[in-house]
Amino acid sequence: MRRSLLGAASVLKSNAIAPESLVSRGFAHTPGQPFTATLFPGDGIGPEIAESVKKVFSAVGASVQWDEQRVGTTADPRTNSFVSRENLDSVLKHRIGLKGPMATPIGKGHRSLNLTLRKELQLFANVRPCFSIPGYKTRYDNVNLVTIRENTEGEYSGLEHEVVPGVVESLKIITRVASTRVAEYAFKYAADNNRHKVTAVHKANIMKMADGLFIKCCREVKEKYPDIQYEEVIVDNACMQLVKNPAQFDVLVMPNLYGDIISDLCAGLVGGLGLTPSANVGHMGLALMEAVHGTAPDIAGQDKANPTALLMSSVMMLRHMGENDMASRIQNATLDTIAEGKYRTGDLGGKSTCSDFTKAIIDKL
Amino acid sequence: MLRKAAISALRRNASNTSISGQARGLMTYVPSPGDARRQTVTLIPGDGIGPEVTGAVTRIVEALGAPIQWERFDDFGGLDSNGKPVTTVPKEVLDSIRRNQVCLKGTLFTPLSKTTATESLNVQMRKNLDSHINLVHGFSLKGLPPGVIRHQDIDIVVIRENTEGEYSGLEHEVVPDVIESLKVITSVKSRRTAEYAFGYAYLNNRKRVTAVHKANIMKMSDGLFLKEFREVAKQYPMIESSEIIVDNTCMQLVGKPEQFDVLVTPNLYGNLVANVVAGLCGGAGVVPGANVGDNVAIFEQGARHVGKDIAGKGIANPLATLLSTSMMFRHLNLPDFSDRLENATLAVVQSGDTSLLTPDLKGTGTTATFTNAVIKQLEKKSKGRYD
Repeated sequence: MRRSLLGAASVLKSNAIAPESLVSRGFAHTPGQPFTATLFPGDGIGPEIAESVKKVFSAVGASVQWDEQRVGTTADPRTNSFVSRENLDSVLKHRIGLKGPMATPIGKGHRSLNLTLRKELQLFANVRPCFSIPGYKTRYDNVNLVTIRENTEGEYSGLEHEVVPGVVESLKIITRVASTRVAEYAFKYAADNNRHKVTAVHKANIMKMADGLFIKCCREVKEKYPDIQYEEVIVDNACMQLVKNPAQFDVLVMPNLYGDIISDLCAGLVGGLGLTPSANVGHMGLALMEAVHGTAPDIAGQDKANPTALLMSSVMMLRHMGENDMASRIQNATLDTIAEGKYRTGDLGGKSTCSDFTKAIIDKL
Repeated sequence: MLRKAAISALRRNASNTSISGQARGLMTYVPSPGDARRQTVTLIPGDGIGPEVTGAVTRIVEALGAPIQWERFDDFGGLDSNGKPVTTVPKEVLDSIRRNQVCLKGTLFTPLSKTTATESLNVQMRKNLDSHINLVHGFSLKGLPPGVIRHQDIDIVVIRENTEGEYSGLEHEVVPDVIESLKVITSVKSRRTAEYAFGYAYLNNRKRVTAVHKANIMKMSDGLFLKEFREVAKQYPMIESSEIIVDNTCMQLVGKPEQFDVLVTPNLYGNLVANVVAGLCGGAGVVPGANVGDNVAIFEQGARHVGKDIAGKGIANPLATLLSTSMMFRHLNLPDFSDRLENATLAVVQSGDTSLLTPDLKGTGTTATFTNAVIKQLEKKSKGRYD
C-alpha cells in the first residue's frame, strides 16, 4: 500500500480520516437532526480545548446539545473512582461522548479514571488512526495506519497482590470473548474503511497460552474475511519495524498493553499526542471519543493549548453518527490551517494562541 | 600540562571511530602475568542468521589474532536434526558457559508451537545461568548511507531485567478460554537491576539513569520496581535519576531520542524499548548487546531477531555481533583487541563504500564482502599510540 510521495499529500488529505466511519451498528441518528452528546471537558487544558470544539461545532452548524459532565474530586463508592455514577449514566443514555484529558494519579488506591470509564461502559476497543499530517513534517512522512487495541482486559485487569513481602504478582487475563470481539471489530473496520491488511501483534513465543489464545482468535475471525490480508508480528519486531518503516503497516490489532505502547509510539511518529484522535468503542454503537494527550498543567489557562486532537476526535464522533459532510468540513478546515502554517500552536513550533488557531479554522468553514 | 597536550593530540589524531566518544587514555594497559593466555569462550551459532554472523566473527577474530579459543556448539538450535522442536537447553551447553563464564551467541529460534508448554530456549538459558541483565547499546553511527537512520546523536544504553516480570512462564487456563498469565516482580531482582544500572552509569561516566515503568496502572508491581530504583538512586547522588512511563518513552524515543542516556526497565518494557532503540539506530544488524549475571556474560546482537527470512542468503549483517564481540574483548580485559576490532569494523561501515555493506544498511554487498573488508582493514598497518 505504498503511495508515492508526490501524491501523498493530496491522497492523504482526502483519505486521511475520510473513510474512518466507525462501526455504527445500532447507533440511531439521522444526519441533520439535533442530537445530545456527553462532554467531559477534563482537567488542565481540557476546558479550553473543549471550548474550541464547541465553537467549531456551532460554526459548522451542528445542532448539538452538550451534556457537560465533570468527574468528582472524591471517589464515588458506587464506582470506586472519581468518575461518578451520573457521569456514566450520561454516556449510556446519549450513546456518544467526547472527552478531554484527565489526570491519573500514580500509585494511589482507587481505580484510574480512564480505566473506570472503559470498564464500566464496556468500551472494548480503542481505535487510533495515525497518519502523517500534510504540511506538518516529521521524520516519518508516509504513515497511514490505524491501531486497534483491546481495551478491557490483558495486563490492565488491575489484579495485583503481594504474595509475600517483596514479591508481587500481577495478573494478565486473556479471554476468548474479548479477543474475538476486538478481532472482529478490527476486521470489520478494515472491510468498512477500505483497508487491506490486518496485522496482529503479540508475544506468543513467550506467553504461549495468553497471547497464543489471542492470535488463535484472530486467525479464526480472519476466516470470515478472505479478502483481507492477515499477518502476525511479534511485538518487539513490530516496534522495530514501525520505527524503521511504518508505511508497511495498515491496521494493527493488539491486546491491551502492547496496544497502549504501540499506539503511543505511532502517535509519536506523526507528531505526538497533541494531534492524535482516539475513539473508544462499545456495544451497540456506543462510542466515547477522547483526546489522549495529557492535561498539560504547565500551560493550562494560558490559551496556549492545541485543540487539534480533540477536534479530530470530534470529527471521528461525527462520522460515527453518519454526519460525514460536517465531519469532512471540520477535518479539512483543521488540516488546512495546520498545513498553511500561519496559525500553529506552540507544540507544533508556532506562536499562535488556542483561540487564534480556532478562529482560523472557523474562518475556513 | 604535557599530559593534557598529549591527550588532545591523541584525540585529534584518532579518527572519530569511538562510538560514545570514550576517551582512550595515553597510559598503557598493564596486564597481570598470564593474562595473554588463550581464553576459552563458548560459541553458540544457533539458527537462522546465527551461523552466518558468528562465522564472520570467528574469521575476523582469527585475523585479529586474539587469544580466544572457541568451544563450539554448532548442533544446538531451536529444531533438532529431525526437525522437532528442542525443548531443553542441553546440559553440556550450560556447563560450558558456567565454566568459561563468557559466551558469544548467534540467534536461537523459538518455535511458535501451541503444543509445547515449555519456555523458549533463550529464556531457559537466562534463568538457568541467571544472566539477569540484558544490556543493549544503541547509538547513531555517523557516515551511514542516507536513509538508514533518521536521527543523529543517539547514545542510549537500555538495561533490562531479564529473568522475571512477564516472562515468568507462569500461565494457566482458569476455565476454558480464560487464560491467566502471571507477571512477577520481586524487590530482590528489581534492586539488583537498579544497582547494576547505576553501577554501569558510574563506571561509564553516564549522566542520567531513567526508570521506565507503568506504575500508574500496575501500581503494585511496577510500583515495587520504582521503589527499589529510588532507593538505589539515593546511593548515587552524582548521577541524575528520573522516571518515565513506558508509552511516553516510546513516543519520546521516536521524536527526540537524544534526551535519553541510560534506561533501566523491567523485562517486557525493556524488550520493546530496546527494539525501538535498535530500530532507530539501523536495526537488528547494527546494535550490540550483552547478557550479564554473576560470573556469566553472554554477548550477542542487541535485538535478538532470528532473521529466518534472510537466513541462508548470505546477506546477514555481522556488524552487531562484531561490536558485541568488541564489548566482549573489553569484558575479558583485552582492551587493545577491543579497540582494533571496533575501529576496523567501523572504518568499513563509515567508509562510504556501499558495495561492502549488507542490504539492511542500504548496501549492495554481502556478509562475505563486509567480513573481507574488515579483515583487510585489520591487516593495514594500524596507527600506534605514539604515531
